Amino acid sequence: MKQEYHNIIKGIAAAPGIAISKAHLYIKEKEQITNELISNVDEALENLEIALEQSKKELKKIFSLAVDKLGEKRAAIFEAQIMILDDPILISTIQTRIKLEKHSPEYVVNDEITKYTDLMNLSHESYMKERSHDIEDIKNRIIRNLRKKKWKSRIVNDVIVVTSTITPSDTVLFSRVNVKGYVTDFGGLTSHAAIVARSLNIPAVVGVHEATNNINEDDTIIIDGYKGEVVINPDDKQLHEYQRKIEKLIKQDKEFHKLRELPAKTLDRREIQLQANLDLTDEMDYIVHNCAKGIGLVRTEQLFEAFEVFPDEEIQFNVYKSIAEQIYPETVIVRTFDIGGDKVLPVDLKEPNPFLGWRGIRLLLDNPYLFKTQVRAILRASTHKNIKIMLPMIASLDEVLLSKNIIEDCKTDLRKEGKPFDKHIEIGIMVEIPSAAVMIKDFSNEVDFVSIGTNDLIQYLLAVDRGNDIVSKNYQEFHPAVVRTLHHIISEGFKSKIKVSMCGEMAADPFAVPLLIGLGLNSISVSASAIPQVKKIIRSLKYKELKSLASKCLKLKSEKEINELLHNFYKTKLLDQIKNLY
Amino acid sequence: MIEKKVKIINNAGMHTRPAATIVKLAAKYKCEFYLNKDGLHINGKSIIGVMTLAAEKGSEIILTFDGEDEELAAKDILDFFNRGFDEL
Repeated sequence: MKQEYHNIIKGIAAAPGIAISKAHLYIKEKEQITNELISNVDEALENLEIALEQSKKELKKIFSLAVDKLGEKRAAIFEAQIMILDDPILISTIQTRIKLEKHSPEYVVNDEITKYTDLMNLSHESYMKERSHDIEDIKNRIIRNLRKKKWKSRIVNDVIVVTSTITPSDTVLFSRVNVKGYVTDFGGLTSHAAIVARSLNIPAVVGVHEATNNINEDDTIIIDGYKGEVVINPDDKQLHEYQRKIEKLIKQDKEFHKLRELPAKTLDRREIQLQANLDLTDEMDYIVHNCAKGIGLVRTEQLFEAFEVFPDEEIQFNVYKSIAEQIYPETVIVRTFDIGGDKVLPVDLKEPNPFLGWRGIRLLLDNPYLFKTQVRAILRASTHKNIKIMLPMIASLDEVLLSKNIIEDCKTDLRKEGKPFDKHIEIGIMVEIPSAAVMIKDFSNEVDFVSIGTNDLIQYLLAVDRGNDIVSKNYQEFHPAVVRTLHHIISEGFKSKIKVSMCGEMAADPFAVPLLIGLGLNSISVSASAIPQVKKIIRSLKYKELKSLASKCLKLKSEKEINELLHNFYKTKLLDQIKNLY
Repeated sequence: MIEKKVKIINNAGMHTRPAATIVKLAAKYKCEFYLNKDGLHINGKSIIGVMTLAAEKGSEIILTFDGEDEELAAKDILDFFNRGFDEL
């Protein structure tokens, strides 16, 4: 008899795995500025100093990237903001008050700067209200950095992080401590929290809505990344049940381990190139361990997070070179910075529609210095001839041609400087905007390879914000239009004799893999942690069967039908092979 | 102590860029420097302070300089006001 439990909350299963651990609540926005007194003045002053320095670094980074685009007026505001961080009157008043009143730096910073914004808000001039917003920005930045300092010292190892949402910069913070799992109030399958959890091979349940209200600090929780459930303060029976599941998982891992050296070949001997996506440099060991046939995607924008300052040519060169050397003789595809959208920093530019805004190749072409610095670093790291360049967010042929010119310019410069590089370096594009999918034939004449980015392709094709959990059910991998578009890209790409690969989340979905192989895809790139499972699936099936599965899917007219067909296929053909936990 | 009344003559008024320049000029001198307008008494070496002043074209501000190099400072900063913040 199935027992009903009241201590289980449900969300979206975003990254597989099970963890049992203490909860750590990581609450950002809701934290009020409290009037608490401090005991260690020196420490408080030092924290203030660090937060001011950090804020300065952040602003300079934004400034360096955005000065051309934002124009002199906005640039002056950034300059003034940087000056405020050095304002002798303001800073010494804050320091003095911390010493005398023994209030926390957060409290004093808020109180002091609010005095000025209050004055500005009294003015009848509308531009003063705007200016007050700018000052508010700098205040929030300092306070955020003061808290980050506090959080850093507070996050201990081996906890499950419970939070409302996770930003890219949070994940960098968490990757440094041994976080056991993530539970978030908001977000869908392809939110940043989910992607990072999968790449770090830890379980995550997202979109739980009331997680931060229902879970208390230090509660023992079980996170089930398969079912999308979180058990709060489990009883003995639940604990026992989950401990057994964890043991089973460890066994399964051992079995997967045996697959390491075997090729990803179907039963009728079609070989699939199974590559890994590289998210954080920490993951490299794991990729090598799982015997990936190369790296299908390096998300370079994470360098902005990993380094406090704008990563210069030397820093980038060393990172790319190290990756290329570790994966040699396999190849690595380095995607140029895909900044904007939900990805990383930078520009404190508030766009009404960031996903339709200034991101990817658009931002790079507007910042030739940034673009060239990266291209030079990639070229210089290409001496082993195992690096390829990939351009993100391509919508038009012009963007490819302009980018190719820039790459040629960099080659000419390097030649003049006598620096070696791979003359025949391959250039490819991400196909993630519907326009590129439609025009795939024309793009094929200009590039050596394409890689399908399903996360963005699906969200642009179906007009669904993947991070918005209200509409996340409309984000359908198996929408007929998605399946047909994939078919178009793959078949047209092969007709033009270019390499077609896929690096989106869909490539790791056990239900999608048979369809993708059936559509003719022979190269996929997934999170390192997904490689054993995907390989197991490929090795259990016949290409011939998959082709007929794919042509059936292409005829169906609803997501529901395709979904059912693929789930049934999985059940009948794969369930015995893949030891499912449930 | 030197006290001078100045008039804002450029179209955009004392917006962020000139405010930043004034503070940078003031930082070069040892003397104290204050701006007085509408009952507000603002330390001219504080950018956040100067930014709280709303000074449209035509408005008047009283500047005070006090300290050993007050004459040099007054000349330098008054010049900048009289040049309309280099925006004429």
